[in-house]
Amino acid sequence: MPVITYRQALRDTLRAEMHRDENVFLMGEEIGVFEGSYKITEGLLKEFGERRVRDTPIAEEGFVGAAVGAAMLGLRPVVEVMTINFSLLALDQIVNHAAKIYGMFGGQNSVPMVIRTPGGGGQQLGATHSQNIELYYAFVPGLKVVAPSTPADAAALLRAAIRDDDPVLFLENLGLYNTKGEVPDDDSVAEIGRAAVTREGTDITLIGYSRMAMVANQVADRLADEGISAEVVDLRSLRPLDRETIVNSVKKTGCAVIAEDDWLTYGIGAEIAASIQEGAFDYLDAPVRRVAMAEVPMPYAKPLETAALPSAESITTVVHETLNAVGRRVG
Amino acid sequence: MSEIYMPRLSDTMEEGVISSWVKQVGDKVSAGDVLVEIETDKAVMEYEAYEDGYLVQQTVGEGETVPIGAVIGVIADSPDAVPADSGGAGAAEQAAAPEQAPQPEVEEVRPAEEAPPTVPAQAAPAEPERGPRPLSSPLARRLAREYGLDITQIKGSGPKGRVVRADVEAAAKQREQEKAPAAAPQPAPVPAPAAARPQPPQPEFEDLRDSEEVPVGNIRKVIARRLTQAKQEAPHFYLRRTVDAEALKEFRAQINEQLAPTGVKVSVNDLIVKAVATVLRDHPAVNSSWVDDKLLKHNRINVGIAVAVETGLVVPVLHDTDKLPLSEVAQRSRALAEKARDGKLSPRDMSGGTFSVSNLGMFGVDSFAAVINPPEAAILAVGAMRQEPVVRDGEIVARHTIALELSVDHRAVDGAVGAAFLKDLAEVLESPMRIVL
Repeated sequence: MPVITYRQALRDTLRAEMHRDENVFLMGEEIGVFEGSYKITEGLLKEFGERRVRDTPIAEEGFVGAAVGAAMLGLRPVVEVMTINFSLLALDQIVNHAAKIYGMFGGQNSVPMVIRTPGGGGQQLGATHSQNIELYYAFVPGLKVVAPSTPADAAALLRAAIRDDDPVLFLENLGLYNTKGEVPDDDSVAEIGRAAVTREGTDITLIGYSRMAMVANQVADRLADEGISAEVVDLRSLRPLDRETIVNSVKKTGCAVIAEDDWLTYGIGAEIAASIQEGAFDYLDAPVRRVAMAEVPMPYAKPLETAALPSAESITTVVHETLNAVGRRVG
Repeated sequence: MSEIYMPRLSDTMEEGVISSWVKQVGDKVSAGDVLVEIETDKAVMEYEAYEDGYLVQQTVGEGETVPIGAVIGVIADSPDAVPADSGGAGAAEQAAAPEQAPQPEVEEVRPAEEAPPTVPAQAAPAEPERGPRPLSSPLARRLAREYGLDITQIKGSGPKGRVVRADVEAAAKQREQEKAPAAAPQPAPVPAPAAARPQPPQPEFEDLRDSEEVPVGNIRKVIARRLTQAKQEAPHFYLRRTVDAEALKEFRAQINEQLAPTGVKVSVNDLIVKAVATVLRDHPAVNSSWVDDKLLKHNRINVGIAVAVETGLVVPVLHDTDKLPLSEVAQRSRALAEKARDGKLSPRDMSGGTFSVSNLGMFGVDSFAAVINPPEAAILAVGAMRQEPVVRDGEIVARHTIALELSVDHRAVDGAVGAAFLKDLAEVLESPMRIVL
C-alpha cells in the first residue's frame, strides 16, 4: 500500500471521483488558479478545466447557495470553504437550505453536495481562524458530518461523501494535512456513521475524532509503555454518531476519556459522555472525563495557543487520574 | 460548605493517617492555619486550610487511616452549619425540614378542591432510616448485585471512598477464600458412632505464643514493603573490608579542635559519609540504580544516612554530599537526624538518595550486612571502631580499626566494580586528608 499524506489522499480522491462521475465539480475561493490555500486542488484546474474547477468570489453564502441549487438539479458539487471559520458566513445556506430541503419538500429533491473545510488551531492564525465549530453542523438533522483522522479514512470517507445523496460536511484539519499513512490502492467507500476501534485495549477507552483521534492513538502508545492497555475509538463520523461502538468499548473497559479540540461546554464530548451513561451506565467504574480546548478565544501568542489546546500530556494526565479512581495506581 | 480531602503529600503516598486534629469542631479557621497533622508513608506533616470558615466536622478521627481523596473534614461559613451527608441527627433534621416548610405559595395557585400532593410529608419520615448511601460506581453496584454482595459492607478505594470494581472483585475473592476451607472435604476419621457426632469446631493451631497484634503506622508498613522488595528483587552480594582507623581518629580530633570555636563537631560517621561521596565521584557506576530493566546513572551524589527512630527506620538524604564542606555535612546530618526523631522530615528530605550509609557502631556491632535501600545500588554498613591486634611490619600491634561491609545490587554493579570502590574508600579513610581534598 502506498504511503501518502492526508493532503495527497484528498487530492487523489477528488481527481478519481471527477473522472468517475462527470457530475462532480469543485467550487471555492482560490481553488483553481492558486490551486487552493492548502493545495488540496493542485493540478485539478489544468486537468479538468474551468467548467469543473470554479474559482468563486469571496462570498461564502453565494457559492454555497449556488452549490445547493446545483445539487438539487442533479450535479454533485464539492465545495471548498477555505476554513470552517468562514462557513459561518454560509450558515443559513447550510442549515436552512442544504439540510432541510429534502425533508421540507417531501423528498422531491435531495441535495447531494459536499462541503470540504478544515478546522483546527495550532497554526497561530488567531481567534477567528483557529476554531473547531463542527459542532454547529453535527447538531443539525439533515446534515451528515464526517471527520477523518488518517489519509486512508480521508480517501474512503471523501468517496462516501461525494457519492452520498445528502449534504455532507467533510471536516479536515490543518494539523493533519501533512500527516502520512498507508492508503489502500482501491476504490473502497467508507460507511458514513461508523466509528472505528483503531486500537484494542482493556483498561480504558479513549475517544476522539479528527486530530484528536491521532493524538489519542499516540497517547495509547505511551500508555502501553506504562503497562496500560488503552482502547481507542476514532469516531470518524459526528452525525450520524456511532453510539454502539462507543458503548461497546466502554462496556469492556469500564471507563472513558474523551479528547476533543473544541470547547468543553456543550461540546462534542458532552454528547458522547451522555451517550455513554445512557448506554453503559451499569458498566461505568469512574466518571467519564473530557479533555478539551481552554474556554477562551484562541490566543495568538504561541505559548498561550499551545497551552489552550488539548495535548497528549493533558490527556495522559486525565487517563492517569481516571485509572487511579478505579484502583489502578499509575502515573 | 466545603469538604477537606486526604491530600497526596508524597509521590508514593496511597493513604494517610490522621495523626492529630489541630483544629477542633467549631473552631474558626483562616486560610493558612494548620488544620490537621497527617502521617504519610514518610513523615508526619502539617496540612493547612485553604479557605476561611469554621471546622464543622472531623469526618475521620485521630489514628484512623483513609485513602487519598477521602473526606476527612468539613469547613463551613457558619459554626452551626450541618454537613449534608453527616447522617445521624443532622440528616434527620434536614429530612424532616420539608414537613415544616410553609407551602402557602403552592396552595394559592391551586384550585381549593385539589389538595396539594402530600408526597414530601410522606417521604420525609422514611429518609432517616435509609442512612447515608456510600459512594459506589455503577459498575461496582452491578457486580455486587451479581456476586450477591452487600455493597455497603465493602470498603471503597476510589476518590472519596467510592467503591469501584477492584473493591468488589477483591471482596468476592475474599469471600471465596473464606468459604474454601470450610467447604473442603474433611478426611473421615474413625468410622462408627464418633464420626456421626457433630464435633465442636477446633482451631487448627493453638497459639502457644500468646500473641497480640501491635498496631503499626504507615512508616512501618513502608519499611516492610521496601525491604522485602529489596531482598526479593535485588540480588545482593557483600564485600567486607577492615580499615585502619588510627589516622581517621587523629584527623577527627584535629578537625574538632579547629572547629571548637564554631561549636560544630564532626563524627566518625560524618567523615565516612563525606568519604563515600568523594570516592563515588571516581566510581560513577556505583552511584546508579537498576529500574525496570534500565540502568540509571545518577549525576548527583546524594548520600542517605539510616537513622533509627521510634517508629522504625528512616533514611534522610544529604543532597550533593560531594559538594558540601565537611562541617556542613556534620551540621546537616545532625539537623536531619533531629528532624527524623521528631517525625518532621519532609518528603524532600527523604527523596533522591543515590547511596546509603548505615552505622551500628554505637551499639558495639563488629560488622553487619545491610539491606539495600531501593532503588539505590549499594549500601555501606559501618561497624564499631575498636582496638584490634593487627600485624604491621611483621609485628602484632594494637590499632584502631573499623569493619566496613558493602551490600551491592548485582544487577547494577559487578563484583570487581564494587571491590574497586571499596578499595578506594578504604584508602581514603586511611589517608583521611583525602576526604576533604
